[in-house]
Amino acid sequence: MSSRAFQRIYTRLESITKATVTLRAEGVSNDELATVAGRLAQVVKIRRGAVTLQVFAGTEGIPTDAEVIFFGEPPALNVSTDLAGRFFNAYGDPIDGGPAVEGERRFIGGPSVNPYKRKMPSELIPTGIAGIDLNNTLVTGQKIPFFADPDQPYNQVMAQVALRADVDKIILGGMGLSNDDYLYFRHEFENAGALHKIISFVNTTDQPPVERLLIPDMALTAAEYFAVDRNEKVLVLLTDMTLYADALSIVSNRMDQIPSKDSMPGSLYSDLAKIYEKAVQLPTGGSITIIAVTTLNDGDITHAIPDNTGYITEGQLFLRHDTDTGKVIIDPFRSLSRLKQHVQGKKTREDHSQVMNASVRLYADAQNAKTKLENGFDLSDYDLRCLDYAKDYAVQLLSIDVNIPITEMLDTAWKLFAKYFSKAETGIKQAMIDKYWPSERMD
Amino acid sequence: MKSTGIVTGIISNLVTVRISGHVAQNEICYINLGGTKLMAEVIKVNGQDASVQVYESTRGLKQGDTVEFEGHMLEVELGPGLLSSSYDGLQNNLETMSDVFLKRGEYTSPLDHEKLWHFVPIAKKGETVIAADWLGEVKEGWLPHKIMVPFSFKGEYKIKSLAPEGDYTIDETIAVLTNAEGDDVNVTMTQKWPVKVAVGGYVEKPRPYRIMETGVRCIDTMNPIAEGGTGFIPGPFGCGKTVLQHAIAQQGDAEVIVMAACGERANEVVEIFTEFPELVDPHTGRKLMERTTIICNTSNMPVAAREASVYTAMTICEYYRAMGMKVLLLADSTSRWAQALREMSNRMEELPGADAFPVDLSAIISNFYSRAGIVTLNNGQTGSVTFIGTVSPAGGPLKEPVTESTKKAARCFYGLEQARADKKRYPAINPLDSYSKYLEYPEIIDYLNSKIAPDWVEKVNRAKNIVRRGKEVAEQINILGDDGVPISYHEQYWKSELIDFVILQQDAFDKIDALTPMDRQEYMLTLVLDVCDHQFSFGTFEDCSRKFKEIINIMRQMNYSEFQSEQFKNYLDQLHKALSNEQ
Repeated sequence: MSSRAFQRIYTRLESITKATVTLRAEGVSNDELATVAGRLAQVVKIRRGAVTLQVFAGTEGIPTDAEVIFFGEPPALNVSTDLAGRFFNAYGDPIDGGPAVEGERRFIGGPSVNPYKRKMPSELIPTGIAGIDLNNTLVTGQKIPFFADPDQPYNQVMAQVALRADVDKIILGGMGLSNDDYLYFRHEFENAGALHKIISFVNTTDQPPVERLLIPDMALTAAEYFAVDRNEKVLVLLTDMTLYADALSIVSNRMDQIPSKDSMPGSLYSDLAKIYEKAVQLPTGGSITIIAVTTLNDGDITHAIPDNTGYITEGQLFLRHDTDTGKVIIDPFRSLSRLKQHVQGKKTREDHSQVMNASVRLYADAQNAKTKLENGFDLSDYDLRCLDYAKDYAVQLLSIDVNIPITEMLDTAWKLFAKYFSKAETGIKQAMIDKYWPSERMD
Repeated sequence: MKSTGIVTGIISNLVTVRISGHVAQNEICYINLGGTKLMAEVIKVNGQDASVQVYESTRGLKQGDTVEFEGHMLEVELGPGLLSSSYDGLQNNLETMSDVFLKRGEYTSPLDHEKLWHFVPIAKKGETVIAADWLGEVKEGWLPHKIMVPFSFKGEYKIKSLAPEGDYTIDETIAVLTNAEGDDVNVTMTQKWPVKVAVGGYVEKPRPYRIMETGVRCIDTMNPIAEGGTGFIPGPFGCGKTVLQHAIAQQGDAEVIVMAACGERANEVVEIFTEFPELVDPHTGRKLMERTTIICNTSNMPVAAREASVYTAMTICEYYRAMGMKVLLLADSTSRWAQALREMSNRMEELPGADAFPVDLSAIISNFYSRAGIVTLNNGQTGSVTFIGTVSPAGGPLKEPVTESTKKAARCFYGLEQARADKKRYPAINPLDSYSKYLEYPEIIDYLNSKIAPDWVEKVNRAKNIVRRGKEVAEQINILGDDGVPISYHEQYWKSELIDFVILQQDAFDKIDALTPMDRQEYMLTLVLDVCDHQFSFGTFEDCSRKFKEIINIMRQMNYSEFQSEQFKNYLDQLHKALSNEQ
């Protein structure tokens, strides 16, 4: 974002708040960028000649005679295949010491895809994690967040998912990443030898929070270039969307807007939807899939951020610490992939949905048995078998450190069924039982 | 002369315009942004300043950009060809747009102006007609699409000439009418109407007096919706709102369906686009898409157009109602529409009501719901618009402004419940909290009792009572333990489970179970109540649960079998056997 010719320069600020400055200026267009005393800012309001700019880095120390230079255009990103393998900040400037990227200049936050031109998502994204592939299968063009408490290893899980997923490009949008997490991602990507297909836009915790607002649009502009122009399968990782929403509330607060629920701006739903709805399956084969992280406060999904997110995204993945096995698992009850039925049994083996339902139902029976045990009731033989099954199921399938192909997940589930239950107890269709029930154990 | 103006202020999609000339509230204008015309609507006038909400992104807009006012409110174009089309919230045809991305300022015509329609006159030369009278008809798919005297015509007109039977485009004159002053007016097959004004053109709007079947048991049997009635479905995310609405759309006993996808997921709309052309309407055997219009303003499309989309949808419904048709409008979700209102009110710096929603939210919602209804047309025939909206309550609980305001306006309430959804008891409609006010209407009670069975309403109330009683004893059992209550408690509990599993739960993905016609619903409810009346004598509570599990399983298999088929009768025999040999 360097300076350009024919710029209009002003040096008289009329008012300054913590995040905005206002001045009189002519010919300024909505959304356009400017610098205020060298800091990047964007036009957010124009009223009778008075232009209000949101200063991304904050207004600390800005004097009333600060130099304001207007660029005449909204934030943009140079797109080309050279983006691959690079790390950028929220403004799209390289932070990896490499040269600036040459390419076509595209304004970020562009228009939506015509819903009529979309295709139904129908391609499976295998991740190797059974809690996802078996129970909550991901599909290209889907948007799905991890709902996780801040102490859970969501960034690690997301990095694993990204590296195992069979996609052409992975784009990381890091908002309020701690420096340690940023370095973790960088390290993981380098170690996996996958750097050539990864593009990162990162705003760390030591950078101003309002800058974060640019990250999703930057990441998605790059994603659209690869998906639309180059027909590639793109996976976008956004972490952490809660910090993004917090930045939105800061800005709306500074602009004296009336807050709605949980002191979030009234437009939170539209703001989040604009990002998530960029997920798309295009008829030409390209696709954008979004996996995000929304951190929760003590598992509270009624807070405005997860609540609005849940109405927008196609399901959610819950991480939970399983105290019985000491593993972090993907909670089979609260997680949901709304698009799974488009691939289960169609792109995977025919027994997929039956096995999934049976294994989750038996796991639910184990939870009931546990409640009975805690309340001091006697356990039946079936209850005891359920409890043993639950442990194996959590370790061999639900745990996030599992990494096996889907067919093997199905076989593992069948083995567990045969080990602990009779055929009738699984409640699976007879035709499937005849075909897949392991033969070692006679029933 | 059109009024003009220049842009003086911009905050997101709220633009202030200094006007020269006169403008009207809700008047449409176009803002010229370097050659691209952005559509906007006046929402406030203050002296020489008009506040307009822009239906597009305002990026790049400058102070001093010019504005031209159109002299009319937001209108839709009505005429043959609306069915099986897909529009955005402003009635732009999404199918004819060129680009993969929605281009700012690209407005496409809603109707095909080249296509020839075979016109057959109904009225005769020399007759006196008023607005909404039928002049003739064309076949739109298999539906007789009436060509009417435009709704905006005031007073009486004489038909001076009427086109003979033949093929015409929608722009050709098919009639010349003479008004009281003796002026001639040409009438084509198309007319325009402002979306925020309710379409009149009927004689009266009686209370709804008959039921609209949806094929969903926990609606039709338990809390039926009237033809011309209103209902709403609130529920947290993941409870199956959209699946339920799609089921109603696929099976609802209506001739025309308008689906307003208002601020929801684009992939859900894509599902409709992909499935509806394939799915067959169970009532006519024709493709579902032939009777469906989709108004689609997904969550990432401009917010102001989202607000307009529900009105666009309602106006199209009213148009078909005036042809004497049964129309069903489904809006998913009205909460997003309310949020659009909130965003605008916020930008205008109005004093907020609860949760920052505008204070007149309740009035706006009531006003919208009141546009539904069954009407008697000028010629004595009836037409109806039945409206079912979903509500996505923030945070799940129903104590929030949109749900509360809607509860005042809608007559049926189908509350989806997280706990039922978690147990995979779909549709997750709570049987006790949900209600249909229509069940209290004497004319509806008479209708049900004469149409379905003489004691139908009484049966329904008995079934509800069993479910209520079952819930009470379930709490007792939980507190006192299985052994701590008499066996009769277990029996009562299992009777309510029987109703839950056999009547309330329904598999929307099973071909047969998904759609239950009314005669079958009557048969099953009677059968279930017969089982409940059976004199059981159980030794232990385990015997009780075992027996009822067996009965439930048999009756569920009946639900999955073709009605009155061999298989169905086999299960019926099994049921009788299970009842006769008790252990």
